[in-house]
Amino acid sequence: MTTPTASPPEVRLRQVTASYGSTTALDTVDVTFPAGAITGLLGRNGSGKTTMLSLVASLRRPNAGAVLVDGQDPFEDEALMEQVCLIRESGDVLEDEKVAVNLRYAADSRPTWDAELAGRVMETFQIDPTKTVRRLSRGQRSAFGTVLGLASRAPVTMLDEVYLGMDAPSRYAFYDLLLEDYLAHPRTIILSSHLIVEIENLLEHVVILDRGRVLVAEEAEDLRTQGLQVTGRGADLDALLPTLAGVTVLATRTLGPTRQATLTGQPELLRAAESELRAAGMEIGGIDLQDLFVHLTGRAA
Amino acid sequence: MFDGRDPIYVQIADQIKADVIAGRLREGDQVMSTTQYAQTYRINPATAAKAFAELVDDQVLYKRRGVGMFVADGATTRLRGSGRKEFFTDRLDPVLAEARDLGISVADILAHIHATEER
Repeated sequence: MTTPTASPPEVRLRQVTASYGSTTALDTVDVTFPAGAITGLLGRNGSGKTTMLSLVASLRRPNAGAVLVDGQDPFEDEALMEQVCLIRESGDVLEDEKVAVNLRYAADSRPTWDAELAGRVMETFQIDPTKTVRRLSRGQRSAFGTVLGLASRAPVTMLDEVYLGMDAPSRYAFYDLLLEDYLAHPRTIILSSHLIVEIENLLEHVVILDRGRVLVAEEAEDLRTQGLQVTGRGADLDALLPTLAGVTVLATRTLGPTRQATLTGQPELLRAAESELRAAGMEIGGIDLQDLFVHLTGRAA
Repeated sequence: MFDGRDPIYVQIADQIKADVIAGRLREGDQVMSTTQYAQTYRINPATAAKAFAELVDDQVLYKRRGVGMFVADGATTRLRGSGRKEFFTDRLDPVLAEARDLGISVADILAHIHATEER
């Protein structure tokens, strides 16, 4: 028996391997989702995101290693599992039942369920509770997923690309609701999404998966200071780049006689490189998480 | 908003400092709470909190327990003092470099400054 904790739990995977037949979805992964933080779980299709979230939600067991929620294995620990909520795009709902029935079912299985919040989110997205889930539009189905995810108020809430079916105004309405409720009721939140630009400022922590391995696990703010974009005359830039200490060139793009390079490196070294480049008359710009993600994981699929 | 090279918390702190320097925020004024700030700009509250912690460290803001954050006494004078130095290095130098690229002479620049002042 686990008693519910007052402060949100930390989620940790230790040396976790998970495979489907001969396919390794996660390969000896060590990663921590900090307690009470919003973490973005980013990765291309097939990188292992959904497998990782399924392990935390105890939908399956790892082939090796340990999954720990608040330091304990949640598998078949009912009290601990009640604290963990995973909403997938597929919804995990009773398709042929009315929305209202699904809401009652969620309320019964979640000790932390908040009916008032559920009602408010339902109203925001104008979901008709008398319809069966099957009859909802794609956008409304996604929105219904966010109702279940937010109103569960689970100490560990994981949303696996649930809001992809929603249009832009609905997605922003969802981000606002998420932030508002997180501020009032802090919890450990994991958001997996392809729409990095939209969620990047909401994130405190970022985990990037690539082919079953953890490529990056860092504070979002630290990550931003580890990249920059420089534009200058091609020949000048080519001459300068090799002289910069501790800086990696991730990509270059030729735009006529000018060239643009994306650089990464330790913040202090990058800052030094930045002043050198500026002094040489180059133009410096920031790099957002989306750029960094594409460069780090980018191979044509 | 927030598209510079600096971390977002630095950009938030800089924006608030600029508001104090320009007099949009005056000493004793209450500023938005971390919560309001996070919601208004759709950013993680930890990011907003980091910006406010830095402003308290720099004595731009002070915290009144249970009430909120306020612009500190003397903040305007202090910020204007350090802002004057930075104006030359961070603002004017890039403009002068651009003027050089454009072939604008120092005399032309001075003539423009005098004309603007007399307006």
